[in-house]
Amino acid sequence: MEAFTTHTGRAVPLRRSNVDTDQIIPAVWLKQVSRTGFDRGLFSAWREDPGFVLNDPARQGASILVAGPDFGTGSSREHAVWALQQYGFRVVIAARFGDIFRNNSTKMGLLPVVLPATTVEAIQAATEADPSLEVTVDLAARQVRWAGETAAFEIDDYTRWRLMEGLDDIGLTLRHADEVTEYENGRQPWLPTTV
Amino acid sequence: MGRTLAEKVWEQHVVRRAEGEPDLLYIDLHLIHEVTSPQAFDGLRMAGRPVRRPELTIATEDHNVPTVLGPIEDPVSRTQVETLRKNCAEFGIRLHPMGDAGQGVVHIIGPQFGLTQPGMTIVCGDSHTSTHGAFGAIAFGIGTSEVEHVLATQTLPAYRPRTMAVEVSGELPPGVTAKDLILAIIAKIGTGGGQGHIIEYRGEAIRGLSMEGRMTVCNMSIEAGARAGLIAPDETTFAYLKGRPHAPTGAAWDTAVEHWRSLTTDEDAVFDTVVEIDASTLTPFVTWGTNPGQGAPLGESVPDPEHTSDPAAARRALEYMGLTAGTPLREIEVDTVFMGSCTNGRLEDLRAAAEVLRGRRVVTRTLVVPGSMLVKLQAEQEGLHEVFRAAGAEWREAGCSMCLGMNPDTLAPGERSASTSNRNFEGRQGRGGRTHLVSPQVAAATAVTGRLTAPADLDQEV
Repeated sequence: MEAFTTHTGRAVPLRRSNVDTDQIIPAVWLKQVSRTGFDRGLFSAWREDPGFVLNDPARQGASILVAGPDFGTGSSREHAVWALQQYGFRVVIAARFGDIFRNNSTKMGLLPVVLPATTVEAIQAATEADPSLEVTVDLAARQVRWAGETAAFEIDDYTRWRLMEGLDDIGLTLRHADEVTEYENGRQPWLPTTV
Repeated sequence: MGRTLAEKVWEQHVVRRAEGEPDLLYIDLHLIHEVTSPQAFDGLRMAGRPVRRPELTIATEDHNVPTVLGPIEDPVSRTQVETLRKNCAEFGIRLHPMGDAGQGVVHIIGPQFGLTQPGMTIVCGDSHTSTHGAFGAIAFGIGTSEVEHVLATQTLPAYRPRTMAVEVSGELPPGVTAKDLILAIIAKIGTGGGQGHIIEYRGEAIRGLSMEGRMTVCNMSIEAGARAGLIAPDETTFAYLKGRPHAPTGAAWDTAVEHWRSLTTDEDAVFDTVVEIDASTLTPFVTWGTNPGQGAPLGESVPDPEHTSDPAAARRALEYMGLTAGTPLREIEVDTVFMGSCTNGRLEDLRAAAEVLRGRRVVTRTLVVPGSMLVKLQAEQEGLHEVFRAAGAEWREAGCSMCLGMNPDTLAPGERSASTSNRNFEGRQGRGGRTHLVSPQVAAATAVTGRLTAPADLDQEV
């Protein structure tokens, strides 16, 4: 996973609530067995509308998605995170995220930033007024900064550390393999196996 | 202070707890299917890691499989299913492939085999894993990175979610089902209302539900934004489990039941959030919009967006759905009826739908897709397939089918369905398709009239 410390880029305002992962990447794209090529599927139904914000030439190359509340609800598909990252997004800002999407994001190094709805709308308004506006998301300082404004966000220390170091969870867990074995030795004997 | 059921089950699975870190949670059962697992197996291979406990993992083919006999025509779908077969063979994981008697939708087969038991932790790369909470298990959906983590370590690092009680008092009136109840709950708390929580469904109406009904309720916990949903095990749970292939037997059964009886929320436990609902006031419930929280009683009309909690979303939803505010929901005409899915693809659901269709004819395209091969077999032993066929419905093979349209069962653009599945998102059942979520009974009655209809309406027409 690519480490994340601070990122500065232009933003895309997505003024829709309840953007479920079926919209982020429709199911037809989920048939691939590789981890690549999902950028083409990102919001593929909505991108057919020439007026959709991602089709705006002024938004090309933007890397911070600023979305309405309840972003990433629904299906557990991690493909939604892959699609956003492969398209070029490093950060999604919203007032509330679907739990699984948020979890998947932190496993892959896409930073989900929770800010109050009014702050999210202020950033949307600022980037709508000036698409060239640069937004800085500083994980070290737990801050989002734009146009002279600063908003603090919360993220737990452990997830922040893992993202800043770019660490792989499995490697971290395997350091505790002895504790897993010890737990397994105490499991109830009636628990089922699939064999 | 006492503890909630969710807290008890969680605590029993903590392998490691350290200051400033998420808990490391042991996973008792890992379910996998073809869509969210290939990249996880690739990750294992690239890192040279084995599957730690292949005997705690089970695989099935469900999302891509056609529901008519024959091979998978779509080469991309076929490759995905073949990839699962190769991965299961390489890593020694039990697989129920297409055509196998044990094949079916992943959340139908776990309980059917008796692999889903009270007090367990169960995960799957699929958000409807919450279904298994009906047995008093903590069961939740995960992404592919976490699938790889569970394969490699049989654990997951996770913070314990908050707890929410959904207290359902009273009894469900006749003709009102578990599906109507959960749709009403989601409409009440919203698609984000359960975010960060494990919901425990409690109260008289919940105790009165069959295991199938409890699975329907827990299945849609994710649609309220919750991490998981569960119901304390009781005699109904034990009776369902007894005698199933992987349930304990003999003395082990007695020991297990004794433990399972301890899996209740203590009387003095405190939930972080409490929601109350009176079951006796409910009527058949359907959705009108493009998220599962946009629903209303069938007797009402399409709402005025300005009178909803999120007018912009409601306006957008009505435009997508091709609906006008003020139209009675009973006047909405549908083209297709889909009965099936991990929400309502079990035997009890098919029985209820067949009861409505017996002696009647459908006027819409009507797909009946059993949740598993065993459900199909049992339904056929009861002659339900003959009832569906006589009514003009299509009796299909088991799979996820039109719930998400990854196989050939899809809606055409602009086509409208009444569906017993769980998601009415834009394009969920096919590009441009319009979905109304309903119970099996409403689905069946709707197929008869071609408009959103409750079974009681049919009796009045006769």
